[in-house]
Amino acid sequence: MNYFLSEEQQMIKEIAQKIADEKIKPVRAELDEKEEFPRDLLKVIAQSDLFGVCIPQEYGGFGGGSFENCLAVEELSRACLGVSTSFAASGLGAYPILLYGNEEQKKTYLPEIASGRKLAAFALTESTAGSDAGGIMTSAELKGNEYVLNGTKQWITNAGEADIYSVIAMTDRNKGARGASAFIVEKGDPGFNFGKKESKMGIRASATGELIFNQCRIPKDRIIAREGMGFIVAMKTFDQSRPGVGAQAVGLAQGALDEAVSFARTRIQFGKPIITFQAVQHMLADMATLTEAARALVYAAARFVDSGAKDFSKASAMAKVFASDAAMKVTTDAVQVLGGTGYMRDYPVEKMMRDAKILQIYEGTNQVQRNIIGQELNKEGGRKK
Amino acid sequence: MTLQTRIDSDKCTGCEACLPVCPFNALEMKEGKASVNDQCTLCGACADECPVEAIFVPVLEKGEGSEEYSGVMIFAEQRLGKISEVAYELLHKGRELADTLKVSLSAALLGKDVSASANRLIENGADRVYVVDHPSLEGFTDELYGECLTRIIRTSRPEIVLAGATSIGRSFIPKVATQIGTGLTADCTDLSIDTEQRLLLQTRPAFGGNIMATIVCPQKRPQMATVRAKVMKKGVVQPGRSGEIIPLEIDWAEMSPKSRLLEIVEEITEKVRLAEADVIVTGGRGLQEEKHFALIRELAEQLDAAVGASRGAVDAGWISYAHQVGQTGKTVAPKLYIAVGVSGAVQHLVGMQSSDTIVAINSDPHAPIFDVASYGMVGDLFEIVPEMIKQLKARMGNN
Amino acid sequence: MHIIVCIKQVPDTKQVRLDEKTHTLIREGVESIINPYDMYALEEGLRIKDRFGGKVTVCTMGPPQAESSLREAISYGADEAVLLSDRAFAGADTWATSYTLAKGIEKIGPFDLILCGKQAVDGDTAQVGPGIAERLAIPYVTWVRKIEEIGDGLIRVQRLMDDGYDRLETTLPALLTVVKEINEPRVPSLKGKMRAKSQKIGVYGTKELEADPERVGLQGSATQVIKVFPPPRLKEREWIEGTPVEQVGQLLGKLTKLKLII
Repeated sequence: MNYFLSEEQQMIKEIAQKIADEKIKPVRAELDEKEEFPRDLLKVIAQSDLFGVCIPQEYGGFGGGSFENCLAVEELSRACLGVSTSFAASGLGAYPILLYGNEEQKKTYLPEIASGRKLAAFALTESTAGSDAGGIMTSAELKGNEYVLNGTKQWITNAGEADIYSVIAMTDRNKGARGASAFIVEKGDPGFNFGKKESKMGIRASATGELIFNQCRIPKDRIIAREGMGFIVAMKTFDQSRPGVGAQAVGLAQGALDEAVSFARTRIQFGKPIITFQAVQHMLADMATLTEAARALVYAAARFVDSGAKDFSKASAMAKVFASDAAMKVTTDAVQVLGGTGYMRDYPVEKMMRDAKILQIYEGTNQVQRNIIGQELNKEGGRKK
Repeated sequence: MTLQTRIDSDKCTGCEACLPVCPFNALEMKEGKASVNDQCTLCGACADECPVEAIFVPVLEKGEGSEEYSGVMIFAEQRLGKISEVAYELLHKGRELADTLKVSLSAALLGKDVSASANRLIENGADRVYVVDHPSLEGFTDELYGECLTRIIRTSRPEIVLAGATSIGRSFIPKVATQIGTGLTADCTDLSIDTEQRLLLQTRPAFGGNIMATIVCPQKRPQMATVRAKVMKKGVVQPGRSGEIIPLEIDWAEMSPKSRLLEIVEEITEKVRLAEADVIVTGGRGLQEEKHFALIRELAEQLDAAVGASRGAVDAGWISYAHQVGQTGKTVAPKLYIAVGVSGAVQHLVGMQSSDTIVAINSDPHAPIFDVASYGMVGDLFEIVPEMIKQLKARMGNN
Repeated sequence: MHIIVCIKQVPDTKQVRLDEKTHTLIREGVESIINPYDMYALEEGLRIKDRFGGKVTVCTMGPPQAESSLREAISYGADEAVLLSDRAFAGADTWATSYTLAKGIEKIGPFDLILCGKQAVDGDTAQVGPGIAERLAIPYVTWVRKIEEIGDGLIRVQRLMDDGYDRLETTLPALLTVVKEINEPRVPSLKGKMRAKSQKIGVYGTKELEADPERVGLQGSATQVIKVFPPPRLKEREWIEGTPVEQVGQLLGKLTKLKLII
């Protein structure tokens, strides 16, 4: 389908496509098998300027928005969700600075992230706090010119690999979610260490692990916005990034669909390629329709975000929830189309199916997304009265 | 003189019969008549097709002084003192061409301590062997080899010069042709003589082997071509055959080469013996992933075969270029060639279709590889190959 | 360092098919690409620039639409581009092509190194690189798989041979033709693509090059294509059918009979 991309958007797509096909596809199985972080691939992505796609030009980026980011993420995800997660997580780590950072912080960090010289990460989740940000235990206490952080973040994407971390910590536990604040922590800050690296079901090329703050001291000007803004910073970051998760899902679904079609065209049973059987055709038709519908919704949401709309939580949530459910279904069906072959590690679809699951979980589970959508509907209904 | 295909617009009926036969899209219709554009190479295909003889393609005149050139010469390549097989293939073909033209066949031999080998070239059909035997020719450099061969050609004035389309031949023969100022056709797979015009008809694949083109060099002499190895047959050795050996003295002091050979390193990584192998097992894109090449290796081991690869598999980075069979890789002609998951792009076929027996295993019954196969097996290679390995192993067990 | 990379725009030969009836190439829908081997030359040029500084100029001879290949090369990081284009250049064989490119390179100006792909995939001749070097009277090394060292007006390289490799040293300026083993080409960058859109590209014809009209194009070609035909094929073929176990059993039986296997 034609989404009327501008010349620049077409360029972004082409570059990401080339990286996906020429650089990522040949190594994705090995990265998955060995749970190897794709450092070389991220260098390739950096060299192609894609890390700067949605960072403003004055900070060394390309000046695109959520939509441009989605185009890049979608294409990379078509080849490997583990790689695209590592890439997208850097953007997630940059958003708090981009949205709420002061000029000094933007000038210091954004050009480094935009060029890909430094990788970023975002850290909210803890063992007691996921969707419930109020349960955060990590604390930050102002002592003189420094904040002192204590606590442990878990399941942080790019943990140990990133250089710049946007961390949410409690500055005033009595205020619940309103007592949270956002900070920039750099790799190498005193008292900042990394815990164990997780072994995961999917996106195994990406690094997921613990951040351990033990009397970690950072200059007080590393706070993003001001004390108490942490929860808002986190929520707005997710509103911004969720279409990107949707784009990951669209890319992954497309990758699985492509594999299924190409297999069905060459697999001979009963003397004919299996794509000539209606049972297979219908499955492929549903997979393709679902993928395209997800793409249309993700693009619409991303363009809505970029239009300058004030409140886009609902659109973002819808894009994320619909596309990730679609990706789960499409990848599962792709394995089905390939049959026994699809279940084997030798073919990419079983990996795609394992990878898909995380999309329904991270950056707010799909249940939480539905909560957001429901609450917005309630609010909108109330306004209409 | 302007060289251009001319169309007589009075005769042209606008039937468009010429348009589809032009291999170069050089014909178009203008105001109901055919007309010729820049793409034209004077190949003449349109003139043959025209039902009303409205198309005139100029025939190139022979250049002045071309009658001063006579005889066929081949470059007898050697590496580390050993005459290459391709030299004998060229001698056999060269002999045939020389006999057709009723002229003599000579060979040019360059190297260190190679004089003793000159006789072998005579026994394989050469009437004369020009030898430059010098320590500085021990290893191959374009400059010195080019300089020596250019001098031999300038002295002996053959009308045809052939060299192997090998790493060496394809490297320095273009230099020689440029120095002498004559045309050169690369990588020919067939050579014959147009006796009427005494022209060498040089046929070679182009466009990745999708088409064959016959090329001539009408005006300049000598007519030069590099010839693909393993395509021409070797002749029968005639022990005691007599001929002339002509050593050439070069003033080495006046040579001041800009490039220098530092070291010759023989194949380092894995031994790829595609050229000599009696059996070759080749894997293609159908293998889907690098690690599946293990299947090909295991089958090859069972058959004591060499491992080949299609360009697709090499381009995907699954296996090194040394294994590539085809237009841009090696040309092979083993007794048994087993193509597994190779679709059979023409570029691959031209490199292996002279194999004695070809077995093709592919899931697509329409794959072009089946067109050249002796035995075709349609099916899933991931089922068939392991089964082959299993049955071969079982046989070994029984023996 | 000033590095000149010669490229050629070619039809993607993987897509080229032959019309079985008319024996002509079906070019419809076939994309034009930069000759894949030239991409390795370009990459090597960019790497040398990254290491030693300087600039990379890409040069091609072709019809006006070959400009798109030059722009593509810029998107990968080439600094400047020159298109040699003239109706009179059409129909050139390798002899006329290397003459024209050599004239173009003289026009571009002083250089340290010329890089070419080992051959173009449409013609597969591998003759233009050496031809250019000979006409410019500079040394050349073909099939380069590695550049070991550059310095003091010398370059040390490894040349891939049929049975191994040679190490050679040559003076600069020189011309190298490279094989795919030499590197892994990068992808274009967004900034490069933006620059490629607007960059000015010099176009030179016979007049600008002060080239001899008798030596360019079809007129200047020593060789001439007189016939084009489809490659010969088709042998007697036997299908072996059945379950995989049966297929393999039959095949091995036949091969044993032919004494091809024991």
